[in-house]
Amino acid sequence: MSTVVDIRNLGVSFSTDAGAVKAVDDVSLSVERGEVVAIVGESGSGKTVTAKTILGLLPETATTNGAVVLSNRAGTAEHDVVTLSGAQLRAIRGTDVAMVFQEPSTALNPVYTVGWQIMEGLRAHGKVSKAEARSKAIEILGKVGIPEPEERVDHFPHQFSGGQKQRIVIAMALVLEPGLIVADEPTTALDVTVQAEILDLLRRVRDEFGTAIVLITHNMGVVADLADRVVVMYQGRVVEEASARELFAAPQDDYTKRLLAAVPYVGHGVAKAAERAAARPEGWATGTPVVEARGLEIEYPGRLGRAGFRAVDGVDLAIRPGEVLGLVGESGSGKTTIGRAIAGLTKVTGGSLKVLGHEMNGIRERQFRPSRSRIGFVFQDPASSFNPLLTIAECVAEPLVIHERAVDARDARPRVNELLEAVQLPAAYGDRYPHELSGGQRQRASLARAIALEPELLIADEPTSALDVSVQARVLELFAELQREFGFASLFISHDLAVVDLLADRIAVLYRGRLVEEGTGAEVLGSPKDPYTQRLLASLPVPDPVAQAERRAELHRLDEVAR
Amino acid sequence: MTTASVATAPAPRRRLVDRLPVVRQVRQSVGLQRGMLVAGLVMVGVFLLTAALAPLLAPYGYAQRRDDAGSFGTQQPPSPEHLLGTTVGGYDVLSRVIWGTQTAVLVIVLAVLLSIFIGVALGLYAGYFGGWLDRVLVVVADAIYAFPSLLLAIVMSIVISGGQSSLLGGVLAAAISIMVVFIPQYFRVIRAETVRIKSEAYVESAKVLGASNRRIVFKHVLRNATRTLPLIITLNSSEAILTLAALGFLGFGIEPTAAAEWGYDLFKAQSDVTSGIWWTALFPGLAIVFTVLGITLVGESLNDLADPRLRGRRRVAQAAGEVAETSVVPGGTLVAGPGGLGGLEDGETFDEHGIEVKR
Repeated sequence: MSTVVDIRNLGVSFSTDAGAVKAVDDVSLSVERGEVVAIVGESGSGKTVTAKTILGLLPETATTNGAVVLSNRAGTAEHDVVTLSGAQLRAIRGTDVAMVFQEPSTALNPVYTVGWQIMEGLRAHGKVSKAEARSKAIEILGKVGIPEPEERVDHFPHQFSGGQKQRIVIAMALVLEPGLIVADEPTTALDVTVQAEILDLLRRVRDEFGTAIVLITHNMGVVADLADRVVVMYQGRVVEEASARELFAAPQDDYTKRLLAAVPYVGHGVAKAAERAAARPEGWATGTPVVEARGLEIEYPGRLGRAGFRAVDGVDLAIRPGEVLGLVGESGSGKTTIGRAIAGLTKVTGGSLKVLGHEMNGIRERQFRPSRSRIGFVFQDPASSFNPLLTIAECVAEPLVIHERAVDARDARPRVNELLEAVQLPAAYGDRYPHELSGGQRQRASLARAIALEPELLIADEPTSALDVSVQARVLELFAELQREFGFASLFISHDLAVVDLLADRIAVLYRGRLVEEGTGAEVLGSPKDPYTQRLLASLPVPDPVAQAERRAELHRLDEVAR
Repeated sequence: MTTASVATAPAPRRRLVDRLPVVRQVRQSVGLQRGMLVAGLVMVGVFLLTAALAPLLAPYGYAQRRDDAGSFGTQQPPSPEHLLGTTVGGYDVLSRVIWGTQTAVLVIVLAVLLSIFIGVALGLYAGYFGGWLDRVLVVVADAIYAFPSLLLAIVMSIVISGGQSSLLGGVLAAAISIMVVFIPQYFRVIRAETVRIKSEAYVESAKVLGASNRRIVFKHVLRNATRTLPLIITLNSSEAILTLAALGFLGFGIEPTAAAEWGYDLFKAQSDVTSGIWWTALFPGLAIVFTVLGITLVGESLNDLADPRLRGRRRVAQAAGEVAETSVVPGGTLVAGPGGLGGLEDGETFDEHGIEVKR
């Protein structure tokens, strides 16, 4: 028999402050040897809970029924994980099933060398001499693509990059040669270019080690790239199960169809952008820009005796009235810093940055404060951008009260209701507290607050990266509508090329604090000139297994050329 | 398109009973934790009630040595007239124990009131604005931590009243010495919270909107920074009582004619113990233990209940409950993504995590 894990009628409930909550309801699925099964779904759909049950990693507050039958690599022994005791669970973890976590920087213990951490698993499962364990650790590090493993085995986690750390986490999972690896969002915390490398590694793990992988993700591109079979979960139930090709080509369930329709594709926004460009009045391009940066430099001060960190290095860009500029780059490229500098949250240390006629280099908060009513800002994380003690109406009324358009929150309520309506939230939601709204609803309320004073400039810092795909589509649509209606200029910051493409008139690509490419969506995405943009574009997995296979080949070709 | 994200039933507003600070915790606790909390609350309730009703409960005054039938006599064993006996000074033990609750309440109120406002104000200022004042205050707070509070209390009591003192002098000595030690606690807790909240997106969002510092500090920071205060207040209260008792025990307490004070009675009962006179020391001692235990139980339970990881819950039946309607917490948060300015800015490195409420 070749089934590695067989989940039968699994149900998991948690006891919470609000009473019992059911996370997984009657889920059955099985994973064959050497197969990658992706569990996809929105947050709260129960996909992580299902996967954690396989390792018996649920917290004490959980109650489980059903069966999770896990067999070892050779197929000689079977265990029902649900009924195992703590000691028995420890015996199968690592040897029969291992886990790869989402966040490599927290999955590794910073005070031990990576070699020690790999050997720890070996020594926990049987008597292995130190030298033997060490040579095994070196071997596995080499296999997951860490250069000079003999030397790097004695390095500490902080001496590796994010992608390398994830490789080490995968090495830790592999070292005991388990039959199954559970990978919980293994690439979510990584940049697109690094993600492509990790996905390649996981593919090799399947092909060379013959390990089955349960991949949990909400990124349909990743699914298309790696998965053999896909299980779609919604509200704790499996709504559809099919091979990856079938699922993307002909989804059966309504929810799956909606989910796939919501995924943004690169290239969808180009037509819209061209339309908007054609509708602009003449002489628009020569008008005074809302934001103009020349040789912009932003440096964060270093600690005593160390040089500062230059986050933005000589960037030139302009945003004209009514235009949406998409700013793309990976983490650490300085894109958020530029957005914060325009909003006056971060000091400009060199060059020139003109915002609404103010020179931001050396400006004082007092001088800039009156102009703040002309700028709106949407933050990345909708969970933390509202004061938890104020109602939504009070939060949205804040800008009106601060700029004296209203005496207090109650006085501003009619206007607040209008704004909530504009972002398609029922006016009654104004009386709720932020935690009573879902992520997408909160982000819409955040948009309402940003447009309350009808600003000329709206800065959106990754407004949808914390949202589920289906919700993201809704928020992006709303953003486009509002932009059409209010006609504000906008800086739209994102790490996702497809998202930026949907909205932006022009796209600027940042790499390590420098602007490497700028142009219309058609120019940048259609025929990228800079090698980094080419790589970025090729790394982006598209939610279509057939097309993704071609793109993968293209990426490998680019890598060959680079070498 | 997607309707799933819009349709959620309106959440019912929580009833008033569930939002009151202590009542809410009692309702959400289970098992041993609830037992501890309720026991603590009952003990504190008895303590407060005794203080309020002392004139009615106590058979005699705290400084009374004789009644119509003549002098009480010294070191009398428990009898129907003097249920807990009399002290070496000729006072009724039961009356002194009951009147002592009033002194204890006074010390708690004074010490907490004096320290909380100054501590919170300094913490807010230092945490929000930073700068050299922040650094100086942190160093001073650390220095005070290193200083034994009892020594400070003794010095204070000498400065204020030359050692032996009246009710106000003794209580003030204890309260002020405690205040000096407590201000750094409130300061550090509020400062740490402020530093954390300062980088929250909702504070930045208020900044972007052009809100004044005053508005940000009071409307957004202060209200979110105070959630740990009830816990520190309870722990500080028990410490205040202990310090007062220690002062009294060391002979720096309050004159018996000015107020009843447990520590003083213990001090005077020292020599009694060896001669078999147990009642003069036992009951004031028990009163201290009872009060401190009650307050500490409340504080510890509040601490456990405030932390979701320590909070006990009833186990649920197999596969019980409803499947949640929509996702509320976004799953794919880009933790290591952009906006990670925390790693770049000259961030604070110490006491940002949680609180330290012991000395």
